[in-house]
Amino acid sequence: MKPKFDIIRLSKWFLLLSSAITVAGIVVFAIFGFNLGTDFKAGSRVQISFSQPVNQEKVGQMFQSIGVPMRDTSITVAGTRQNVAVVRFPEVLTSAQQNKLDGAEKAYFGKDLPDSVQTVDPFVATQTAHKAVYAVLIAAAFIVVYIAIRFEFRFAIAGIIALLHDVFIVLAAFALLRREVDLTFIAAVLTIVGYSINDTIVIFDRIRENLKIVKPKDVETLKQLVNRSLWQTMSRSINTVVTVLIAAVILYFFGGVSIRNFTFALIIGLVSGAYSSIFIASPLWVLMRGRSLKRGKRKETAKTELV
Amino acid sequence: MKWGRFLAFLLMAAVILGGTAGSVTNLWKSIPLGLDLQGGFDLLYKIEPLPGQPITESGKQALVQAVENRINSIGTESPMIDLEGQNELRVQLAGTFNQAHAKQVIGTTAQLQIYSSAKIDKKTGKITGPAGKLLATGSDLKSNATWVQDPNTGQNEVAISFKNPTQWENITKQYYQKPIYVFLNGQLLTDPVIKQKMYSGDSVISGPSLNTVQACNQLANSINAGALPYNLSLVSQQSVGPSLGQESLKATLWAGLAAMVLIFIFMIVMYRMAGLIADLALVAYGYVTIAVFDGMHIVLTLSGLAALVLGVGMAVDANIITYERIKDEMRNGRSLKSAVKIGNKNALRTILDSNATTFIAGAVMYAFGEGDIRGFATALMISIIVSLLTAVLLSRVLLFTFTNSNAIRRPWWYGVGKGVLKNDETKV
Repeated sequence: MKPKFDIIRLSKWFLLLSSAITVAGIVVFAIFGFNLGTDFKAGSRVQISFSQPVNQEKVGQMFQSIGVPMRDTSITVAGTRQNVAVVRFPEVLTSAQQNKLDGAEKAYFGKDLPDSVQTVDPFVATQTAHKAVYAVLIAAAFIVVYIAIRFEFRFAIAGIIALLHDVFIVLAAFALLRREVDLTFIAAVLTIVGYSINDTIVIFDRIRENLKIVKPKDVETLKQLVNRSLWQTMSRSINTVVTVLIAAVILYFFGGVSIRNFTFALIIGLVSGAYSSIFIASPLWVLMRGRSLKRGKRKETAKTELV
Repeated sequence: MKWGRFLAFLLMAAVILGGTAGSVTNLWKSIPLGLDLQGGFDLLYKIEPLPGQPITESGKQALVQAVENRINSIGTESPMIDLEGQNELRVQLAGTFNQAHAKQVIGTTAQLQIYSSAKIDKKTGKITGPAGKLLATGSDLKSNATWVQDPNTGQNEVAISFKNPTQWENITKQYYQKPIYVFLNGQLLTDPVIKQKMYSGDSVISGPSLNTVQACNQLANSINAGALPYNLSLVSQQSVGPSLGQESLKATLWAGLAAMVLIFIFMIVMYRMAGLIADLALVAYGYVTIAVFDGMHIVLTLSGLAALVLGVGMAVDANIITYERIKDEMRNGRSLKSAVKIGNKNALRTILDSNATTFIAGAVMYAFGEGDIRGFATALMISIIVSLLTAVLLSRVLLFTFTNSNAIRRPWWYGVGKGVLKNDETKV
């Protein structure tokens, strides 16, 4: 099969693109930071579903009426019929305030359904955040060990860089779009870790297989081999991403509101994962492997000179 | 065409579809739903030691016992009480009830009370609540209640002791030969008859319900919990209104179903007959996963549901990898049968390696996560294992049986497009 398009030759641009996104991401983190959800920050989050469409202003008035100070930015109206209000407070609502809230809902919107109130203590929040970071790092470490055993160390390094790249892109997207980072977001990031490496492994597996047939002696044949492997796995890569994206996109638009953050993170992670498996992981491996090829050759020539 | 093989294939397909259609609704209904899906609330307490009393394992067990008794007195269905981390206690209550009341009952100190008489339901003869004079409370007891055996009769009993012995002396004098009633948070624990006047403040409780060591230990724990070994401070609470959970569940279920249908169509369009076989295996995947959830009594949460749908992605991927391999082998000029065989073999290693890495991620999530993340990780690990059994093993058996039946020989039916093979009609 003839390579349709020389991915490896253009890899410089892909690596440059990803580096640019990474730098942009760091700048965004530095300036804005994350929009942390109540899972990670002390405070309360009240989610109320109404039987009618509501607007920010009226919800704000309702909270003012029970003596809870409000900022307009802390109210989000969501739901297919604009009938769900999510309100965040930097302070923990007291039981008395929560009880008053029920009365106010009835007075303003004639509502008698209970709502969802979450409160979190910073102690639990920081603990959860730390655990999530550890989980990603430890998962990465275990995956490195597995790939190093099953493949070789260079594959493990390239795979992990691609994986961290995907996680970083999702984090950057959430920081940039000011999306709320909550517990389900962490679950999404961890899924992306699994998926991204899954994608990369399939391509690496094909490279490993082709390496058994042809043993490249110079960088040029190595590049050709990787290009060939990438195109051999291309229809699988595309078909798989398409099917999973179908599920993620449908869940995003029509699934429950509570998993919207999860599916959003997943969609970005899936696209980034497919991209990085093809355009980042394999070129990185070629770079590392190519360098060792050259070094090996130098050693060989040195030996012949000695002889 | 070999009819035997073809019939075997049809039979397998019928068993998968029939079995699933027949019992999937019942199975689905028996899976317990998480708080986010059916409503309820989740409380996280920090266990705080009293001055001079370090937190011990047995103390924590007594605490769990005490909290369980308190929750039972509210009368909610199947509460979940778990110790987490070093010094945290998580209580999950599903369903609808007075949440403020529940919080108060769990969070405040246990009310162990000894009364002089009790209200009795005339119809059933059951004791329904305290009456008469309050003789003593849990705060009057030392928290050293233990199970003992009567040295003469060998009967199981619970030994208790009063902080102030004269108090017990007075009670036993006054209620000699009469019953007294011990309540915990308004629920009758025991109603012993005073048989002796006591001077030391030590006593034993026995009764018909205290016939086993376990029952005695439970009561001893309850009494000790009456003086609660530690303070509980509420650090986090999450409550979900049932309507919100139901709405989310319904929306997610419909979206998941729509996604499944689209994936099924996609597979058939891409891989035709082979795609149809993959869809059969996917149905089996969905069914077996739900059955395993049911068998392991896994509480299904929203994130678990998402993991289930994502597991479908993993299962589909396994089939796509296999079919692409089969196509490769056909391009290399192999016959259909040997392409299916070699393609399957080559794909298996890839699938195992790629699933293993995701499984590792799941296992790490389970080990280092809590609550929702843990539920998600469990669902992910189960779906990977089930997907290996169905999307790989079962799908392979179905495909082999079908190809060996020679029912369809044109490679087009296996997703190989025209132009890939030079003369695809002859290569079978």
